[in-house]
Amino acid sequence: MWTNSKFVATVGGATLEVVKRYVENQRVVHRILLPPRAWSQGLLGSYPMSRQSVARAHQKIQELSWEPMYHEPVSHYGTDYTFRKAQKKDPLKQVLRSYFPMQEEKDHRVYGASDGAIRGNMFRQVQERWLEWQKLFLSIIPLPEISAARAMPLLFRTVPNPELHNGQAIQMIDEVRHSTIQQNLKRLYMNNYIDPAGFNSSLRNFQNDYCGTIGRQFAEGFITGDAITAASIYLTIVAETAFTNTLFVAMPAEAAANGDYLLPTVFHSVQSDESRHISNGYATLLMALADEGNHQLLERDLRYAWWNNHRVVDAAIGTFIEYGTKDRRKDRESYAEMWRRWIYDDYYRSYLVPLEKYGLVIPHDLIEEAWNQIWNKGYVHEVAQFFATGWLANYWRIDPMTDKDFEWFEYKYPGWYDRYGKWWEQYNRLSTPNGHHPIVAEDVDYQYPHRCWVCMVPCLVREDMVMAEVNGQWRTYCHEACRWTDVEAFRPTYQGRQTPNMGQLIGAREWETLYHGWNWADVVSDMGFVRDDGKTLVAQPHLNLDPSKMWTLDHLRRMDPLLSPNVLLNEMTDEERNAFHAAYIAGGPAGRPARTDK
Amino acid sequence: MTSATERSVPKPVFTDAEAGAKEFPDSTARRFNYYTPQKRKQTHYEDVTVEVQPDPRHYLAQGWLYGFSDGRGGYPLDWTALKAWGSDRPEPTRGPGSGGKGYDWPAHGWHEFRDPNEEWELSLYRYNANVVRQVGQNVEAARRSKAFEQWNPNWVRFVERHVGAWMHVDHGLGLYLFANANRRAPTNMHNNAISVNSMHRIRAAQDLALYGLTLSEEIADFDGSAHLDAWNSDPAWQGVRQAAERLTAVDDWCEAIFAANVIFEPLVGELFRSHLVQHAAPRNGDFVTPTIVGAEEYDFSERDLRYTKAMFELLTADREFAEHNTRILHGWLADWVPVSIAAARALQPLWSQPDAKPPRFEDALDSAKSRFSGIVTDLGLETPKELAQ
Repeated sequence: MWTNSKFVATVGGATLEVVKRYVENQRVVHRILLPPRAWSQGLLGSYPMSRQSVARAHQKIQELSWEPMYHEPVSHYGTDYTFRKAQKKDPLKQVLRSYFPMQEEKDHRVYGASDGAIRGNMFRQVQERWLEWQKLFLSIIPLPEISAARAMPLLFRTVPNPELHNGQAIQMIDEVRHSTIQQNLKRLYMNNYIDPAGFNSSLRNFQNDYCGTIGRQFAEGFITGDAITAASIYLTIVAETAFTNTLFVAMPAEAAANGDYLLPTVFHSVQSDESRHISNGYATLLMALADEGNHQLLERDLRYAWWNNHRVVDAAIGTFIEYGTKDRRKDRESYAEMWRRWIYDDYYRSYLVPLEKYGLVIPHDLIEEAWNQIWNKGYVHEVAQFFATGWLANYWRIDPMTDKDFEWFEYKYPGWYDRYGKWWEQYNRLSTPNGHHPIVAEDVDYQYPHRCWVCMVPCLVREDMVMAEVNGQWRTYCHEACRWTDVEAFRPTYQGRQTPNMGQLIGAREWETLYHGWNWADVVSDMGFVRDDGKTLVAQPHLNLDPSKMWTLDHLRRMDPLLSPNVLLNEMTDEERNAFHAAYIAGGPAGRPARTDK
Repeated sequence: MTSATERSVPKPVFTDAEAGAKEFPDSTARRFNYYTPQKRKQTHYEDVTVEVQPDPRHYLAQGWLYGFSDGRGGYPLDWTALKAWGSDRPEPTRGPGSGGKGYDWPAHGWHEFRDPNEEWELSLYRYNANVVRQVGQNVEAARRSKAFEQWNPNWVRFVERHVGAWMHVDHGLGLYLFANANRRAPTNMHNNAISVNSMHRIRAAQDLALYGLTLSEEIADFDGSAHLDAWNSDPAWQGVRQAAERLTAVDDWCEAIFAANVIFEPLVGELFRSHLVQHAAPRNGDFVTPTIVGAEEYDFSERDLRYTKAMFELLTADREFAEHNTRILHGWLADWVPVSIAAARALQPLWSQPDAKPPRFEDALDSAKSRFSGIVTDLGLETPKELAQ
């Protein structure tokens, strides 16, 4: 997390005094665990740390690196960036003699809290609405974490500064920590929360569900393609420095407000490692900026990374925080307010803008556009509505919104009810099986969206959808910035410049296409989202665990087959396709089809 | 009279959302159901490790989403020449109406590997924190008892120069072989074990470097930079340096791990640490250095070699590719044993440098060879003729 001061966390509406105490407590941990002068002077007892100061110890370990004399290390990964060898200092100044005990102490606190949560029956107070969304989040996040570990070697040969490699190796093992500690949290939820379905099949679900696939960009983007684009700009400069704010600070705060204090415990512990990783990225960025030939690539990569992170992270975390909470106090921050504070003010204005003087071209337009999407175009609400539309293809239960929720949304986002209220009332009406279909197959004034070929979130803000024919396929994009990413950025030439190391967007990127023409019951069975009675769905559009109120495969069997919007688009004539596009962008908000009486 | 305004805080709500509160489908299904454990019950280690790194051959319905410039994404199996059963099965083709299912789990034999050390974050931090604490305590106790004053001058020269030189091997392999390899293997079980191995080596390098810093403070004429000269220009170290550099130049991740942990470490690493430093130090009045070098020795012999053997045992006994793998591994033995033997022999002058001599070099090398032969035999491989060099 980046702030212009220091690590700060809030927990469920904690007062400033509590936050200050927390920050002071963090300082104490570091005083105890980093090898300070006080220990060496024997002022604080006989803690057996080394006598060296951190600075001297760190200086000493710089003697470890050596230039090869006989064989060059293998170079697996390429970059189009160029670096001059420079004495850029390792910003972490971390030595393993202090690092390991520090992490061990942090573990003690996390696992102590875990025991306490179970002994204290935390799950008697946890909101099911909240924990259900953790089935999605905790299925996704261990892979991005471990992918960040795997990304570090991409930098070894491409960034010619051995001093930075020390920090990258520590980041590698930090990420192993994060991935496994998060898997462990999920395991604890599976064992102790009322409904283990979806947790128990988590990593299978994540890999074959379209929501998991959207989240997977947040991992694969770190480990392939141009080494600097992936492991430095996308991972550390944007994902970690900007978006871990909402992931690991804003979201845990909401968890605490919903009775779950384990998520904050684990994720604040994770977040306390992130400042090191941010420093890694910053040091590499400054090295890249030193060569003017890199500025064009930095501009490209910041645009891509910023927009993709916004599309993916804001979609997911925005939904969890706004639609997964039962805390409807009007003075609690909305996601938009958090975003403004953590990302716009702390990241954009305090971190990015000052880099402009070094020649970094900042995507001001896309940053303002992301805010425009969140505040004016209802991006998070459109995503939440889509997740709820497709509830049957997922592996968690989505609680209907109530009058209390409506009131809060209207207060925080004036005009919300006119856009989304009626649809959520329909969702509520159709939530338990009663002779009707799931909402996706009912007439509720909602047009199933096309999928963005790049970010894979559907094209929900209808007016922004654009199309392009690429490699013989007509593709739809949620926004011009995603079209640009596919058609211009991820190409072997960029603005006339050769970029032979740039990666490619690959894979079967529209989930619906895999199941084109399939019966919905077969779709859900194929993905394995069925409970142990062989027929009840893991997903439900309500929280009622009475088996007579739960949807089964039999209910889905009666539905019309699933059709891929992209397959249908590619079957159209040019004329039909143009007419379709005109109608599509005239639709919305809230997925409403374009009115034909205009 | 004033009334206190109520603070705005979330209110605790009794939700009764704990396990067992209701009965319904899946209400008792409390284990991860997407993988088969190695033994009868799923272990904690498996739960936090298995399947985090996906595979398009089983559940990854939409395939890898991002590729390198050649269009290949994820963790290609052909990043090593070795194969596990099922390696040659093509990735399922997904397209319109294909569905998302791949082969049944595990789809191929690579997913059968489990780290016998069961390393995950809890275990790796406990272990390494214990090591650095113990090392720190040992050095501190020695410093307080003026133990370094017992060292004879020749031993001071030996430690500053030759024990110090070994830190470069640890650092180079830790970063550019092991950390590098954590991007290369096809499963999370492999890559996590390899990344822990990497941290052992980097920690051991730093242990030696910081030990050198303490010695610079405690021994008046200790030259804390002598290790650099030894590493850069002492003929006795150039064989080791050539071998270490060549190890970091290997493209095939299995070859790199095999050459480092099965060949180089027993023939060179243990030879230097156990048969030279550990034997010579006490005879020269030094009871401290063996405790630091011994920590690294334990890392290798009890943990890193352990997972390495488990990894390669699976491949030499593979139900489909045992012969293929054995042939390639024998080739790697033929390539790397001479490199390691040459490095070991180049170290021979070190045996005569301390005042109180360790056991003879040839005896030490015989012992290292014998240990190496045992490891190779355990893996179902034949001892290479090059060992006689």
